[in-house]
Amino acid sequence: MVSQILFIVLTLAAVAWFSYNVKKVIRNIRLGKPANRDDQPKKRLMTMLKVAFGQTKMFFRPVPAVLHLIVYAGFVIINLEVLEIMIDGIFGSHRVFGGLGIFYNFLIGSFELLALGVWLGCAIFLIRRNIIRLKRFSGVEMTSWPKSDANYILITEILLMSAFLLMNAADAKLQSLGAAHYISAGAFPVSQYLTGLLPDTEVSLVAIERGCWWFHIIGIFGFLNYLPYSKHFHILFAFPNTYFSNLEPKGEFTNMLSVTNEVKAMLDPSFTPPEGEVGRFGAKDVNDLSWVNLMNAYTCTECGRCTSVCPANITGKLLSPRKIMMDTRDRLEEVGKNIDKTGNGFDDGKSLIDTYISREEIWACTSCNACTQACPINIDPLAIIIELRRFAVMEESQSPASINAMLGNIENNGAPWKYSPADRFNWAKES
Amino acid sequence: MSEQLNFEVPTMAELMAKGEEPEILFWVGCAGSYDERAQKTTRDICKILHHVGLKYAVLGTEESCTGDPAKRAGNEFLFQMQAMTNIEVLNAYNIKKIVTGCPHCFNTIKNEYPGLGGSYEVIHHTQLIQQLIDEGKLKAEGGESFKGKKITYHDPCYLGRGNDVYEAPRKALEALDAQLVEMKRCKSGGLCCGAGGAQMFKEPEKGNKDINIERIEEALETKPQIIAASCPFCMTMLRDGVKMKDEDQNVTVLDIAEITAKANGL
Repeated sequence: MVSQILFIVLTLAAVAWFSYNVKKVIRNIRLGKPANRDDQPKKRLMTMLKVAFGQTKMFFRPVPAVLHLIVYAGFVIINLEVLEIMIDGIFGSHRVFGGLGIFYNFLIGSFELLALGVWLGCAIFLIRRNIIRLKRFSGVEMTSWPKSDANYILITEILLMSAFLLMNAADAKLQSLGAAHYISAGAFPVSQYLTGLLPDTEVSLVAIERGCWWFHIIGIFGFLNYLPYSKHFHILFAFPNTYFSNLEPKGEFTNMLSVTNEVKAMLDPSFTPPEGEVGRFGAKDVNDLSWVNLMNAYTCTECGRCTSVCPANITGKLLSPRKIMMDTRDRLEEVGKNIDKTGNGFDDGKSLIDTYISREEIWACTSCNACTQACPINIDPLAIIIELRRFAVMEESQSPASINAMLGNIENNGAPWKYSPADRFNWAKES
Repeated sequence: MSEQLNFEVPTMAELMAKGEEPEILFWVGCAGSYDERAQKTTRDICKILHHVGLKYAVLGTEESCTGDPAKRAGNEFLFQMQAMTNIEVLNAYNIKKIVTGCPHCFNTIKNEYPGLGGSYEVIHHTQLIQQLIDEGKLKAEGGESFKGKKITYHDPCYLGRGNDVYEAPRKALEALDAQLVEMKRCKSGGLCCGAGGAQMFKEPEKGNKDINIERIEEALETKPQIIAASCPFCMTMLRDGVKMKDEDQNVTVLDIAEITAKANGL
């Protein structure tokens, strides 16, 4: 009875703490400007199913794709087991679905195989990060916290899977000993090989089985509550992020409506722009970005596929699309904490541009869309870079001198070079 | 086969005066108009249009920058000023269909003009060439033979990833019976030439290599005789790269329109 109460209290606490943090994250995302991503619900759903559920974009790199698929499938499917754990935990039952017979055995058997897969997958991921040291996992933005974050996640998953398998091994041994409560249920294709490691007395076996059961479920609660602080948030955000992702051709940039109204008024004096405050052009700070940009930042799992294909980064420039996303999240978290402390409207004198992202970074971008193509969950670093450029150019008139010259040429001659518009058709006459 | 055009390029103004309408407007673009190397491609596109007897016209001096480099550089004002002025001209001529000689013009007019009141059917010149080949109007005969020649094609970002046009340029090359070899990074994984996003008009930021060198090294790995381009900016970057690598005696950079014109003896 005590353990049931303890379990219920723990569950409620875990859910409450998680909801509290998620609410804060959603509040932070809502600091962003509106963006219309409600159109074409069918196409959006299909995109989510294909890209997030089906992980189609992962398969551009098959080796990590297969490993990731195993870990992902393991994570999703083994969590069915959590349903049983919840019921057992609340009602004090044991393997409540055991009555399903062969089907139950099939389920537990599959979970065990998947658990082994997840265990191996995470071990290989750890080796790739820490021993082989793949280039993709390094870079200026990969400081000690992002690296530790990744390792904590992988180690936790290995521990959870170990506990799950050890629990089953102890359970199987207890079943064979005919211990009370331990009904004969489940198939143990993996953990049967672990029984040899276990003691033979019923008391110690029960202690191991219960210990692992509690470790497993507390681990899951802990993991859940770790997500809002971690890059691992992508396991949840991948779904809304792909659903609300850009469906237009990648080459298309948004037309700014606020500018359209001003240009129309300039070209046609009879046009009166609609009432309303014209905000800042482009983005100086995170709250000038759209909520989609901000959701992108929470979704990024820092895998570095974007940076590894970025032509600027490959050739040694400062720009790294992954850093753009990590900076945006860090700054947004900072702004969120300021709001928690002092309410809205507090100015800490910092901004996304300059404090976090330098001018040198934003001007190194070729807008080639390699980063957006490479992202397995449709994050768009380019959109943020362009918003920062818009701020630099339209609000501050600060762009490299040669860019200013190009803009001046377009304005005066209708071409980015200093040629006379009268000569535009000369190509047809000269050889 | 002279560089000179032996026919007049019709302008919209002339056609309008005669009370005629073209089937398609050829949007030349700034590079195609002013850049000496790109002008050759422009003339070859005209030769192809003339050869197949498609009724076309250009805007001539009435054309102006689409605003693409301004938009990518973050100057939305200038972009929309250019766009609205151009749309006014295009709509006044009742333009329905446009072929562009540049992926940047193509992307801008096709995707960004509709929201500002300019909706047209827009295709890139490689798509037109593919269509003409498919319809049997354009063959690869009567000119230089490209049979068995090793050609590698560089995907321009705003045609490839930007608008998912990967097949049309390749089909145009396949029609030549040439040996098409792909670079390691191609199609949706293609590497930028380094010119996009207004980089064409500025010095690169500090780094350890220029992007076009990175790209040309990869292109040269395929041991090509020809590097095929379909963007005037890629053309500049690739040619500079070939020169820097001292390979300009062995490797030629040609636009797909130029290759097609050569193959047809135009």
